[in-house]
Amino acid sequence: MEKYYTREIPKTDRIPKLVEHLFAKMPEIESARAVLLTESYRETEGQPIIMRRARAFAHILDHLPIIIRDNELVVGSTTIAPRGCQTYPEFSFEWLEAEFDTVANRTADPFYISEQTKKELREVHKYWKGKTTSELATAYMAPEALRAMAHDMFTPGNYFYNGVGHVTVQYEKVLAIGYEGIIAQAKALLEACSVGDGDYARRSRFLQAVIISCEAVIRYARRYSALAEQMAQKETEPQRKAELLQIAQNCANVPAKGAKSFWEACQSFWFVQQLLQVESSGHSISPGRFDQYMYPYYKADLDSGRLTREAAQELIDCVWVKLNDLNKCRDAASAEGFAGYSLFQNLIVGGQDREGQDVTNDLSFMCLSASAHVFLPQPSLSIRVWNGSPQSLLLRAAALTRTGIGLPAYYNDEVIIPSLMSRGLTLQDAREYNIIGCVEPQKAGKTEGWHDAAFYNMCRPLEVVFESGWDKGEFIGVATKPVEEMTSFEEFYDAYKQQQNYFISLLVNADNAIDVAHATLCPLPFESCMVDDCMKRGLSLQEGGAVYNFTGPQGFGIANMADALYAVKKLVFEEKKISMADLKRALALNYGKGLDDASVKDLSLRIVGALKEQGVDVGAQEIAQIVAQVKRMEVSEEDKKKFQEMLELIDQVPKFGNDIPEVDAFARDVAYTYTKPLQEYKNPRGGMFQAGLYPVSANVPLGAQTGATPDGRLAHMPVADGVSPSAGKDVKGPTAAANSVARLDHGIASNGTLFNQKFHPTALSGEKGLDNFVALIRSYFDQKGSHMQFNVVDRETLLDAQAHPDQYRHLVVRVAGYSALFTTLSKSLQDDIIRRTEQGF
Amino acid sequence: MDEYLQTKGRIFDIQRYSIHDGNGIRTIVFLKGCVLRCRWCCNPESQEYAVQTMMVQGKPKIIGRDITVAQAMEEVEKDRPYYRRSGGGLTLSGGESLCQPQFARDLLRAAWSVGIPTAMESMACAKYEAIESLLPYLDQYLMDIKHMDPKKHKAFTGRENGLMLENAGKVARSGMTELSIRVPVIPTFNDTPEEIRDIARFADKLPGVKRIHLLPYHRLGQDKYEGLGREYLMKDILPPTNEHMEMLKRTVEQNSSLICQIGG
Repeated sequence: MEKYYTREIPKTDRIPKLVEHLFAKMPEIESARAVLLTESYRETEGQPIIMRRARAFAHILDHLPIIIRDNELVVGSTTIAPRGCQTYPEFSFEWLEAEFDTVANRTADPFYISEQTKKELREVHKYWKGKTTSELATAYMAPEALRAMAHDMFTPGNYFYNGVGHVTVQYEKVLAIGYEGIIAQAKALLEACSVGDGDYARRSRFLQAVIISCEAVIRYARRYSALAEQMAQKETEPQRKAELLQIAQNCANVPAKGAKSFWEACQSFWFVQQLLQVESSGHSISPGRFDQYMYPYYKADLDSGRLTREAAQELIDCVWVKLNDLNKCRDAASAEGFAGYSLFQNLIVGGQDREGQDVTNDLSFMCLSASAHVFLPQPSLSIRVWNGSPQSLLLRAAALTRTGIGLPAYYNDEVIIPSLMSRGLTLQDAREYNIIGCVEPQKAGKTEGWHDAAFYNMCRPLEVVFESGWDKGEFIGVATKPVEEMTSFEEFYDAYKQQQNYFISLLVNADNAIDVAHATLCPLPFESCMVDDCMKRGLSLQEGGAVYNFTGPQGFGIANMADALYAVKKLVFEEKKISMADLKRALALNYGKGLDDASVKDLSLRIVGALKEQGVDVGAQEIAQIVAQVKRMEVSEEDKKKFQEMLELIDQVPKFGNDIPEVDAFARDVAYTYTKPLQEYKNPRGGMFQAGLYPVSANVPLGAQTGATPDGRLAHMPVADGVSPSAGKDVKGPTAAANSVARLDHGIASNGTLFNQKFHPTALSGEKGLDNFVALIRSYFDQKGSHMQFNVVDRETLLDAQAHPDQYRHLVVRVAGYSALFTTLSKSLQDDIIRRTEQGF
Repeated sequence: MDEYLQTKGRIFDIQRYSIHDGNGIRTIVFLKGCVLRCRWCCNPESQEYAVQTMMVQGKPKIIGRDITVAQAMEEVEKDRPYYRRSGGGLTLSGGESLCQPQFARDLLRAAWSVGIPTAMESMACAKYEAIESLLPYLDQYLMDIKHMDPKKHKAFTGRENGLMLENAGKVARSGMTELSIRVPVIPTFNDTPEEIRDIARFADKLPGVKRIHLLPYHRLGQDKYEGLGREYLMKDILPPTNEHMEMLKRTVEQNSSLICQIGG
């Protein structure tokens, strides 16, 4: 007999109705949370910050408008509008006010906002001036870090302007003992304190804040219970009436108490998931190992005959729909980087238990089915793969991949477990890892990982090398020797490393300043009561209450830098086919391929900077003249020809991604220039920095901030995605690309790596197609790759979707670490996805 | 180094991650030179043994290079992890691999001796001695049978089919390799149910043969004819429809005990 039930369970009629309702309109911004938050803050001036946070959370939950949508079985909505979002002015608000009139019309992730909402938000924003985490963080930052950020060397925008999120809490604890149980624990810990303890002030207020928050959550659920009861009274349709009565019962029981049925467990899970995102605006709040902590409730119901598999599947499908009901409005620039309305709620199936045994169960399969049923980007579904993973589960996962939804992402236990252990996790904890957000592994309920701490563009320091520490007319880096005077590649590479190390130190400065700002202004008592050892230590997560603390900023552009540095090594220093002076000029002039406005600005600023350096007084009039001159500047035919030949020479140099050991070893070393220095730094919570190598979708917008590079990439084109080869440069097929990527050190990038491949559906056709696909994943993992994800759509489909977005509203593609609706992505990102090498033939 | 690893052959391509030519994930080495001149051939650059220049996207490309078995194996070895997980390995294709019998044999032997599974796509259009010498190193033989009528065979491919059919019987009776039959389904040549039925009946009688593949005609090779300065004689022929292929598959199943699949 099979250990688990693998048969596909069909979806019910309810699910498409729920989905249709959710996507009927453009998502909307609502003001209720911001108004309630501000009301509470005005009344709690002068109180301990942790108490102010708890009281504001309680005030919000007591008055936030509630709604039960048609056909829902699992209830709890943060906004009245489907897929709407609340705002979080305590983190930042200025960008939103500045974008009030454009947010509905922007290309990436537009939101409707009513005039009334704008008015209300303008009013509350007056209170927040000077009180936000982003303002405090700025005040903590070193001037040189701020300057480097102004020059787009790195972007810590995520936590700079928003809550942190990026956590997996102990859902299993809430499912088991409910918030009444947690309140009892907090009370017992409070009892055990002595008023004379050195940390009594902080500890006692933290525990009181936990109690206030948990009580508020219980009251919030009871508001839903009452609403369901009311609706049931009016409902005439008997089946819906019965459902509403059961919902009323469920919300009266959970999350106050432990769940007594699978339906209650789903409802309890949902309140945790939803309310974490009401407490703060952090994204990537990841459900983690849903198939594990939900299983006891499923099994008990199934065994006792209270529940059929069909009913269980429907409940899971309903939870999946709800995960798409949550939303977040980001500033226009960030929306490009995180495009697709994504909240990155990563949910993972399969893998091992703390003793190293495979834990695949019925729910692992049903989670895969749920994603096929709802066919929506959330949750970011993942699957753990190890040598003991059952083939049947992987084949089912491959069948889901084949639908083109871009899910699941595949993760390699055999790399991630030792990698986490190298960062101090116990073997048992490491075996229980799950994924946060895009690709970041951690141990649930014990970690404050700051997993998405900044985008670090590895291409920018090389630009600074060519200008000896200058950038756009300002000195921002290290005064390395003029490149024309360098006599060996080692000297050149060393200059790159010097610039890199310097900017890494500034990145750390910026992240740590933001970290301190969050601890000071926005500790989160509700989130903290579900992560060890916050309760015992009497400290919030933001203040260092977690067992494991990390900061994980992600570097990207490895393929570009590997190809660029390798080209310089070969063509300039070894073969001497290109002179450094010519290369420098070619880069400044974008290889003679025309200067866009951004390049004109860069060049003009450079000239202005040089003039100022010489003591020349440059006024507005002179600057306008310089800009006009740069615009008119024609690259001579002779230069154009020379640059074209240069591009052809560069094109001939072997590239990363083609299974050439020498080039791949070089790329590995280039990645080390980021991953190794970073791990030497500490964060204010007592943890270490650890590198990730993944871009979310920022490789497009951040590529737009990067000039031409010596790998032949023209100015402002996208940089390579994650650890994947540069788009179109891998020409030897998927196995060769995978071999190359596997030669990077994935273990040291313990905050995750991201490898994207794209296939035509035909490459996965038939049972044999799925077998070969699973074999491809397993073989990449045998070679110690860490993560793999796939886009399965053909080019024609994507082009057609671009031309006729209305007909493709549900086309899901894998962007980078998450799936998104293709038609909601910006044109440039759509183009990038189309451009990526199509593998498979 | 073993002497056979130094055997030289002429190839025109090595293609990795091939999933339609033998079990699992495979690396195909394409040998140059063919005895037939099939009108529909999608690899016209494979036919001449001589090194040629073909225009590819407006640029001249040299087709054909001479390499040793050891050099070919270096490339084949690169995907060993994928063979292990998928049951794949090396596939020889062409052209007709048997036009270079020694190179074909030695390359198969080299893979076989280091534990990489082997396969060969071939029409068996060679002296049986040549085939016999490589059978000990061949796990899967994917043998083309295009038509049962010698006259029509000759009209469309340039040769009659007697030798090939005879060799098919000999290979099958040797019991030394897993023999499967592949039929390119070409409208106007062999796409009637009767023609496919006759091939299926013949294949069914070959001892040990379990599978037959119907490979629908496609036009992906058309540009290459232009690139070689040749006329494409099949311009007006449309690929068979899915419905037609399904009908032929049913014909095979009704007339034989073979497992029939559409595509490789």
